[in-house]
Amino acid sequence: MPKNITQKELICALATPAGKGALAIVRLSGKNAHVIAKQITHKSLAPRQASYTNFYNRDDVVLDQGLAIYFQTPASFTGEDVIEFHCHGNPLLADLLLEALCALGARLATPGEFSLRAFLNNKIDLAQAEAIADLINSTTEQAARTATRSMQGAFSQRVQDVLTQLTQMRMHIEADLDFPDEEIDRQQNEQLVPQLTKLKYFLNELLQQAKLGERLQTGATIAIAGKPNAGKSSLLNVLAQSEVAIVTEIPGTTRDPLSADIEIQGIAVRLIDTAGLRETQDIVEAKGIERTQQALAQADIVLWLTDVSNEDSQSVPSDMDTAKIFYVHNKVDLSTEKKYNDNENIYISAKTQTGIDELLQQLGEHLIGDNNIQEQGDTPFLARGRHVVALQQAQGNIHSAQQRLSNSQELELAAEDLRLAQQNLGEITGEFTPDDLLGKIFSEFCIGK
Amino acid sequence: MTVKHQQYDVIVIGGGHAGTEAALAAARMGAQTLLITHNIETIGQMSCNPAIGGIGKSHLVKEIDAMGGAMALAADHGGIQFRVLNSRKGPAVRATRAQADRALYKAAIRQLVENQANLQIFQQAVDDLIIQQDCIRGVVTQSDLTFLAKSVVLTTGTFLGGKIHIGNDNYAAGRAGDPPATTLANRLRELPLRVGRLKTGTPPRIDGRSIDYTQLEAQPGDVPTPVFSFMGSRALHPKQVNCFITYTNPSTHEIISNDLELSPMYNGNIDSTGPRYCPSIEDKVTRFADRNQHQIFIEPEGLQTHEVYPNGISTSLPFETQQKFVHSIKGFENAHITRPGYAIEYDYFDPRDLQPSLETKAIEGLFFAGQINGTTGYEEAAAQGLVAGVNAVRRAQEQDAWAPRRDQAYIGVMIDDLVTSGTIEPYRMFTSRAEFRLLLRQDNADLRLSETAHELGCLPAVQWQAFSEKREQLETQQQRLKSSYVQPGEVDVETEEEILGKKLKHEYSMYELLRRPEVNFENLKKLSTQDLSDIPAEVSEQLEIQAKYAGYIERQNVEVEKLTQQEEVKLPQDTNYRAITGLSNEAKQKLMDIKPHTIGQAARISGITPSTISLLLVHLKSKPARKSA
Repeated sequence: MPKNITQKELICALATPAGKGALAIVRLSGKNAHVIAKQITHKSLAPRQASYTNFYNRDDVVLDQGLAIYFQTPASFTGEDVIEFHCHGNPLLADLLLEALCALGARLATPGEFSLRAFLNNKIDLAQAEAIADLINSTTEQAARTATRSMQGAFSQRVQDVLTQLTQMRMHIEADLDFPDEEIDRQQNEQLVPQLTKLKYFLNELLQQAKLGERLQTGATIAIAGKPNAGKSSLLNVLAQSEVAIVTEIPGTTRDPLSADIEIQGIAVRLIDTAGLRETQDIVEAKGIERTQQALAQADIVLWLTDVSNEDSQSVPSDMDTAKIFYVHNKVDLSTEKKYNDNENIYISAKTQTGIDELLQQLGEHLIGDNNIQEQGDTPFLARGRHVVALQQAQGNIHSAQQRLSNSQELELAAEDLRLAQQNLGEITGEFTPDDLLGKIFSEFCIGK
Repeated sequence: MTVKHQQYDVIVIGGGHAGTEAALAAARMGAQTLLITHNIETIGQMSCNPAIGGIGKSHLVKEIDAMGGAMALAADHGGIQFRVLNSRKGPAVRATRAQADRALYKAAIRQLVENQANLQIFQQAVDDLIIQQDCIRGVVTQSDLTFLAKSVVLTTGTFLGGKIHIGNDNYAAGRAGDPPATTLANRLRELPLRVGRLKTGTPPRIDGRSIDYTQLEAQPGDVPTPVFSFMGSRALHPKQVNCFITYTNPSTHEIISNDLELSPMYNGNIDSTGPRYCPSIEDKVTRFADRNQHQIFIEPEGLQTHEVYPNGISTSLPFETQQKFVHSIKGFENAHITRPGYAIEYDYFDPRDLQPSLETKAIEGLFFAGQINGTTGYEEAAAQGLVAGVNAVRRAQEQDAWAPRRDQAYIGVMIDDLVTSGTIEPYRMFTSRAEFRLLLRQDNADLRLSETAHELGCLPAVQWQAFSEKREQLETQQQRLKSSYVQPGEVDVETEEEILGKKLKHEYSMYELLRRPEVNFENLKKLSTQDLSDIPAEVSEQLEIQAKYAGYIERQNVEVEKLTQQEEVKLPQDTNYRAITGLSNEAKQKLMDIKPHTIGQAARISGITPSTISLLLVHLKSKPARKSA
């Protein structure tokens, strides 16, 4: 092992558990981290002193006030220069702060990366190597799960659409650069510019969507499902009104009358009451069922509600991921038999509110579960943060390409910008290699002098 | 009776583009080198089209040249039409292409080989390799002669198990007119190396006297004529001639479509993979059925021959069909075919079984270069030959291997692609393969590689001298532009407005002005009262390019730094990835297959994720320190 794996890249991440708390700590590590810290705080931080300060973004807008602490290398968690930003415990603020750091040249840490650096810089005992490996693995799996989750549906489809268009443009430009002697349908730069304008517009829409629409819903989604009349709506109302679960008041979130935003043990949760699943000829109801299935697929937890007095309604659709199902047996007040909760089965009465506290307790444990490790993996919040950063970078690169295209001497510079834009989007959708691009060129154009 | 065998440092088998560059590089480094070929007359032979360079490829040629290699210089001696491709696009994608007189090109290579100190030639086919304890010891020729060496470079081209197809006829051959290397192919198949089959093809050749040139579009070379080699000059160029362009037409396509089942590509006689970017005319007509014409470049084969090479109609259809479709083409109505087109299948070895030095992982001291590694093209072959030659010497002298990184050379991109990802079709260079394309320009190949070549000992002293002078000039003049300021009103306002679009508001350094898109070196001269005419053209060109690309180069340099850091962390070759905690089975399999040399290479393996890389770093760190491979 060479002595110096000096990690020069600056990485940042939320160091406290996701969700609402009194404080959120954002950590930045890497060579000369204090230079970026100065741009954020507009102050020169002295090592090992807490400074009360404003946090600014690149446009000098104040994001929050809090503490900034500079741990100078090697006396820090990772052994590198580390800055801790203690801000108010609102996921939105932490998110904006991470965004600001990324805009200044840091990148979001990969799962386990802080611990990895600590280990590589001899800050963690050798005996802990295996533990680090486990951490990387568990957080990676978690990241993969959340990434997949946040990539489902319309958002993903639109990123794919943008990528398809971008690939198409790159195909034309790269073919023009690599095969000038071939008879291919060359697109003139004038044709490419409006296409880029369109791409920028799409990216902007995506960004808005990723930033606002989805961010307000950060945290977990819990869907309540089951046959009609199992008591789904009653359970929603009970949970939404429960003193343990606090109904949040972020305006504009409760767009769907069948959902409620609550918090369970500090984690923002969107509760969704789904339409009952059954065969139907009714078009409106069929639409509702389609949406239910989508909601169930995307939910972190599904409460499968049955009526204890009518247990044949127990059947769960076969294509559902059973790992996220809690079987909630309602209407125990109608049953004479005493039932006991276990890991999967919870007995309640929405009507008398029997067992509701226990249900919330179990849900809380489940939600926090993995998050309780010292270093955070990709929460849905962070996964989306990555998307926002990637989309912003892609947008910047496409903008630059557009400017370059006005000058034919700079086609290869535009090509470079677009290559980077594709790389940015690839962080959301997976890698795209030069050979993939060549494959597209050869399938589209008859190259073969 | 004991025979005293001749002992060399390096033996190179094969006298093609890879073999000659390998042998020349080894000999330039002072190693006692032997080049063995089955036929001395074919040293430097261009088996396919008579041209050197092109986009991506000329980048390789300039890099070989910057390291003292032969190809660019031979192209200057043999080139009968020179063009700069992409001349209206930016410098990173500009490329030089030379149409070569086959005979002149071959003679130039032959002359360089024959006059190279430390290099001997021997004519005989090689039938066997002497391998002891997984180490190469030497080679045995057809008539049982033994030659010993510490390193052996194998450059067999399409000769290993070569098989030529014309229509339904097929026969064993290395290329038209040459026998294949069957015994050696069988011997190599015994080695623990993965082997596969590839295919390539050539068009029928035509007697130029039977072509009606009056119907064709002429394509002259560029004026002034570009020069290929750093050490070359226009004075070396022979007489310059034109190429011509014609097109296929619907009746050509109909003839081909009708006889498609007679093509071995379509009737199942050939199932090996040909290149996507060099399809046969059968492929073009089938896959792009909506096109009613395909372009054909008519390339002269030389000044002393009438034969031409119709580039764009490579085929393995039967000879009768070839004649029919050739006659349907404008200008070819009465064309006489001198040699039929054909497809050739040959053995190649999976390049993932190679180290980045091009030494085989299985046999110490055995190096592969050229088509044997699954590449196609003279330039790709020559570049590998150079690297294999250098490393063969370094192996013989027990020094560490050398391979350029992806940010240093197209050669580095090619070798890394090959040893990391392998290839399923003949691999050819394109600029889009290079993520550091803006850094890897043909104009700065010397700045990127000549110093390294000098340190490796493969750069001739005169070239080092000339290069050092150019580099010094460049540094002096760059300093001058950075410290010379243009004041507002230094020249008249009209000139300022004409060039800049508005008048200067305050002073700018000349370098700052040159960075602007609207300013080039010519009009920079007009903006200043300073006399810049003493700056040589190649220096001013370089200054202008560096200024124009500055922003992008800075950005790429950040990436380069990251890459370099990853490349510095070596992964031992004996790492047992199966035993590493936490790796997925897929990752274990891929890492065992490829045995990457560095963390950087591991990260480039398709499907290897950042978390796998993290786990590898943890593994490396938790192992006690040991000598890296």
